[in-house]
Amino acid sequence: MANSVIIKIKRQDTPNSAPYWDEFELPYKPGRNVISALMEIAANPITRDGRKSTPVTYDSNCLEEVCGSCAMIINGRARMACSALLDNLEKPVRLEPFSKFPIVRDLATDRSVIFENLKATKSWVPVDGSYDLGPGPRVSPEDQEQMYPLSRCISCCCCMEACPQFNEDTGFVGAATISQVRLFNAHPTGKALKRERLSALMGDGGIQECGYAQNCVEVCPKDIPLTTSIADVGGQVMSQALFDLFRK
Amino acid sequence: MAAAAPRIIVIGGGLAGLAAVIKIAEMGGNVDLFSIVPVKRSHSVCAQGGINAAKNLKGEGDSTWQHFDDTVYGGDFLANQPPVKAMCDAAPGIIDLLDRMGVPFNRTPEGLLDFRRFGGTLYNRTAFAGATTGQQLLYALDEQVRRYEAEGKVKKYEHWEFLSAVLDGKRVCRGICAMDLRSMEIRTFPADAIIIATGGIGAIFGKSTNSVVCTGSAQSALYQQGCYYANGEFIQVHPTSIPGEDKLRLMSESARGEGGRVWVPKKPGDNRNPKSIPENERWYFLEEWYPKYGNLVPRDVATRAIFKVVYEHNLGIDGKPMVYLDLTHIDRKILDKKLEGILEIYEKFVGDDPRETPMKIFPGMHYTMGGMWVDYKQATNIPGIFAAGEAEYQYHGANRLGANSLVSCIFGGFISGPNAVQYARGLQKSDGNGYFEAERKRQQEINGGLMQADGAENPFVIWKELGEEMTKNCTVIRYNKNIKECDGKLVELLERIRNVNLSDRNQWANTTVAFVRQLYNMLQLARVIAQGAGMRDESRGAHYKPDFPERDDKNWLKTTKATFAPDADEPKFEFEPVDISLIPPRPRKYDAAK
Repeated sequence: MANSVIIKIKRQDTPNSAPYWDEFELPYKPGRNVISALMEIAANPITRDGRKSTPVTYDSNCLEEVCGSCAMIINGRARMACSALLDNLEKPVRLEPFSKFPIVRDLATDRSVIFENLKATKSWVPVDGSYDLGPGPRVSPEDQEQMYPLSRCISCCCCMEACPQFNEDTGFVGAATISQVRLFNAHPTGKALKRERLSALMGDGGIQECGYAQNCVEVCPKDIPLTTSIADVGGQVMSQALFDLFRK
Repeated sequence: MAAAAPRIIVIGGGLAGLAAVIKIAEMGGNVDLFSIVPVKRSHSVCAQGGINAAKNLKGEGDSTWQHFDDTVYGGDFLANQPPVKAMCDAAPGIIDLLDRMGVPFNRTPEGLLDFRRFGGTLYNRTAFAGATTGQQLLYALDEQVRRYEAEGKVKKYEHWEFLSAVLDGKRVCRGICAMDLRSMEIRTFPADAIIIATGGIGAIFGKSTNSVVCTGSAQSALYQQGCYYANGEFIQVHPTSIPGEDKLRLMSESARGEGGRVWVPKKPGDNRNPKSIPENERWYFLEEWYPKYGNLVPRDVATRAIFKVVYEHNLGIDGKPMVYLDLTHIDRKILDKKLEGILEIYEKFVGDDPRETPMKIFPGMHYTMGGMWVDYKQATNIPGIFAAGEAEYQYHGANRLGANSLVSCIFGGFISGPNAVQYARGLQKSDGNGYFEAERKRQQEINGGLMQADGAENPFVIWKELGEEMTKNCTVIRYNKNIKECDGKLVELLERIRNVNLSDRNQWANTTVAFVRQLYNMLQLARVIAQGAGMRDESRGAHYKPDFPERDDKNWLKTTKATFAPDADEPKFEFEPVDISLIPPRPRKYDAAK
């Protein structure tokens, strides 16, 4: 096919079956992203060699890079499929599921661990209740400008996939969660739980597992200053540990 | 003896659903929360510009009554007024609560909340967190729900899709039937009451600004089970979206709120670089036609103006259906502080920097004002079924004002939760249990049928035709003849979907099965939209018929209510008067202050 795009997709029918590759060839259209290619394949799942295949299973929702669903490995890099424009990708395009999370099917993986981590670190502001209790604490524009970028984390888990320390051996929580701890510890009300959050980051799997590879900040689609967060929270954990030591 | 804590099922984990969950958990109820996607990935994240509340922090003399009046007027008097007033009165308290929950709203130098202007008002009434306000609000509620989840008060069923309500012999809702989107297992879940907070219906129009999960499937399933669906014909087409292959990406009204200007070159086919076109050769048509509101007229007005410029004056950029939305005259620093999220979307998906080059935009289907019919307690006509958020019809009349959706979602959630608990506390026992198994079997048989179907129709082709048909005939400009043909086409598509062939028959994480089920429900709901539009011979808010260009209060100041006639397999309509007890209707005009 003249003027076409070849897409190779690593597939797997069930969590425990063997992976395999399918190759599809689509007519070129300017400005299209990986998701629209997957949509076109779904409508006509015939492989390049003419074999009838099935629509590819993948997670997606907003298609504006703000819901965090469509994370996958595209040409070897962890990123969001919606904002991956085919025009900017080396061809043939290779799509693979995240390698460090359980596979659901094809490109869909189970990333629920991020939500468990947010639970374990009490990543919330402990408000008294949802009644009308008047305005919240005043926040200077400077503080808001510090917090807002951290609060844009979409829980896509790209930082975890890219991290060499994020694996079963270390049990590392990953950069995203640490950055959320920084966010909530900085909030005037949120810091009430600071101690509990920091304890959750001590010991095995905690912040000490970070090997400063800096891959996290490299792949983050939202440009969150993850390494700064790790350094900041690392300092907080250290002082907390010292404090705990002397209080014993 | 203390009664057992009420068990409420909430379906949908966007702002409305999560707001309901928080209230129920706070009242001691137990919640099962169902969502197709992890709730943190719900469509509410896409809301950009802000949330309205008349806190009057800019010395403009704003009041909740002004907010109420703007909302009713913007909605062309179709909304029942008491609940709209209640929402506007509650809005300042809702902002305070979100503020306490840690939403990083933009601030004034003194550390107070900052507010900006949005469409359909002359006041700075919109609180915002950059241009990702929906994301920030959703996260705040998500975090509070996670806290209740950690306490064992909320159990999440993520990657589950609602299929139907379980109704007993007296047609009282006793629970739901849902499908695990991974194992494809179909199961029933008992509950004392359920709350539907499943959002919008964009997929019915093929491409829209909505997320993939916004199919309206749950609302349609309940309509087919006997719930009223109200004002379905009122569809909001947002004036500024970025056309794309896979979807139409929203370009927030806040771009205009911060000073963005809409224009086209005065000369047809002028293909000069927009920056090199001198001021006097540009046509700022919104500012010319609506001097008082300028670029911040309500969305229906702006959308029709763009259509007029493109299709009647033939002044689309390069002869294509596009106009400029220009931010290049605004200081970069301000843009980054207040609009970064949306500028980034344009940059990433189009490749141009909107700080340097005017954006090319065009209207795109965005929101449904209509939805499940509910009373002032958010209860539908079937006992035990409540609805909140975009899935219901209550707050926006014939057109929604920008930044009112977030407040209506949270307010509706806050009303529905406690009322569901209240209802559950007074609930009598059901007359039997067999209804659960019967419903499960009915749903299981549908899946069984789909897995074996070996017809000739490709569901994705049917969906494409549905989207094109609805976008062409049931959005901005409506003609009765075309709507009638569109409904005929819908009947044909409903025939064809009975003859589908699934390209995937795996029993695990089969997205095609789920999609065909949604598609069937989309088609049924599309008929409600089309026929409702066909019947309403007037123009009001987003509903515009050139053959009936005026609002007709004498005949049409009423709510459309559709019910499903199973024997005829199509909607039946009835109409209900609108409660206009607080503000008498007056002509809606934006070329002058109201």
